[in-house]
Amino acid sequence: MSTASTSPSATLSQPSSSAGALGVRLSGVGRTFDSKVVLRDVDLDIAAGEIVALIGASGCGKSTLLRQISGLDQPSTGRITIDGSPVAGIDLRCSVGFQEPRLLPWRSLEHNTELGLPRGTAKGEGRERVRELLRLVGLGHASGLRPRQVSGGMAQRASLARALARRPGVLVLDEPFGALDALTRLQMQDLLLDVHSAEPTTIILVTHDVDEALYLADRVVLLGADPQAPADGATIRSITVVPGARPRDRGDATLAHLRVELLDGLGVSAHHSS
Amino acid sequence: MTEKPSLAEAPAPDSGAGAPASLHQYASTYGYSAAGTEGNLVREPVRGERRGGQGWIIVAGLVLPALLLVAWFLISALGLVPEYRLPAPQSVWLAAVEFAENGTLATHIAISTQRVLLGFAAGSILGLALGALVGLSKWGSAFLSPTIGAFRAVPSLAWVPLLVLYIGINEDSKVTLIAIGALFPVYTTVAGALRHVDPHLVELGRAYGLGRLQLLTQVQLPAVVPSIVSGLRLALAQAWLFLVAAELIASSMGLGFLLVDSQNNGRVDRLFLTIILLGILGKTTDALIGLLEKYLLKRWS
Repeated sequence: MSTASTSPSATLSQPSSSAGALGVRLSGVGRTFDSKVVLRDVDLDIAAGEIVALIGASGCGKSTLLRQISGLDQPSTGRITIDGSPVAGIDLRCSVGFQEPRLLPWRSLEHNTELGLPRGTAKGEGRERVRELLRLVGLGHASGLRPRQVSGGMAQRASLARALARRPGVLVLDEPFGALDALTRLQMQDLLLDVHSAEPTTIILVTHDVDEALYLADRVVLLGADPQAPADGATIRSITVVPGARPRDRGDATLAHLRVELLDGLGVSAHHSS
Repeated sequence: MTEKPSLAEAPAPDSGAGAPASLHQYASTYGYSAAGTEGNLVREPVRGERRGGQGWIIVAGLVLPALLLVAWFLISALGLVPEYRLPAPQSVWLAAVEFAENGTLATHIAISTQRVLLGFAAGSILGLALGALVGLSKWGSAFLSPTIGAFRAVPSLAWVPLLVLYIGINEDSKVTLIAIGALFPVYTTVAGALRHVDPHLVELGRAYGLGRLQLLTQVQLPAVVPSIVSGLRLALAQAWLFLVAAELIASSMGLGFLLVDSQNNGRVDRLFLTIILLGILGKTTDALIGLLEKYLLKRWS
């Protein structure tokens, strides 16, 4: 895999070094909505180029945390820095991928991807970059199609290409594969790993899927409220370092063990008992 | 396809560039492209199928008018209704020929069409501007929409005496009345559509660094193009409605005038002719906008 992962980047017009990826630091981050505490005391250091998965029960503030990293939302307390400088407002060092592809229906996949280019990109250069990215995500043949003409998986790949267009230091993905069918989801996970090798960036990903988290991430962060005091808001309950280099074997026994632990942390028993 | 082939099994670069596998091959090796996805493309219906269906629809739409014409002919031929109440189709035709020959018909149609188009243009531009202001800005909406709503609630014919008093009986007052009629449908649809542009897309635009103006031109306006057109379509229908109102009340030319004039002279044949002409003109302009709508829907949605 190591040879396979370095070769594609060699064909990119500006081979991006790992210097492209940026570290993220969250210190004491909290968020209150109308006096309801959703998040509190989140401290997390994410290294440049790392893949971190955030998991947690619905409504525990995972997505809020992602939105804060990209500047779509502001923390009520604490601070977030990317590469040492604070996030204030929409931060263009970050690229966001949503659960829905959110493609503009009136634009072709190619022109949708163009939306992700940094402002002021020269036309020819931008077109070349978009073409490469669409090829990278396997849409080279479909660049002229409209979103309604393609499947959900293809649309999601186009949105990934769009997110990569500006060579983001940080890629935040909010349940990017949650709406896809199981098989497509597995393919997309592999694609994401390929992309991560080809275009080094830090990836922070929210998922509901423990297996996905264990397959993709260097560390899995479990968010949740203290069962004794649920009104205090969610914070980091555990951080699991996932062993083994990627690509991992989906059937790995160690992972199976971690899976049980994480599911337990989510309040789901691995074995249904009555 | 289900298994990742190792690099050794990957196809050799076909370009012969000597570089290691290109990104494209890299991707297709893993089955993301061609084989894996092409089957998922939703194909649009083939052109020929659509054409054939449309021809049938046009014929079907002509059946009822033809039947009505036949019934009309029979009724007057059998003398079921006296001629001074229901003229025979051929006398309406003769009236049309007479008008066409002395040139008055063309003049009436031209002046009416001109009034409609001017009023429609002025009203829709103003409606578009107000709709954009109210639909895009919370302040604009809070400040303007109650007042515009109140103006809208005034029955439009109530403006006529005021317009006549202020502007006089001339082209301007008629065009103004038509513009008032055309303004509100455009205003309402545009403001509503802009307010309801998919918030996901707007957030996406923000997340990708689009400023207010770029957001407007790249996301919000394109998203409401279909609504704008349907607003325009409604506005055009309104414009014809108001044209007749304006011309009925005070005019010396135009189709509305022709209606009054024919009534005063007891020319039922001309009355029928004018009504039929209004129907045809309205339907034709509506069909033209319909074509535009069809094209834009294909392009923008």
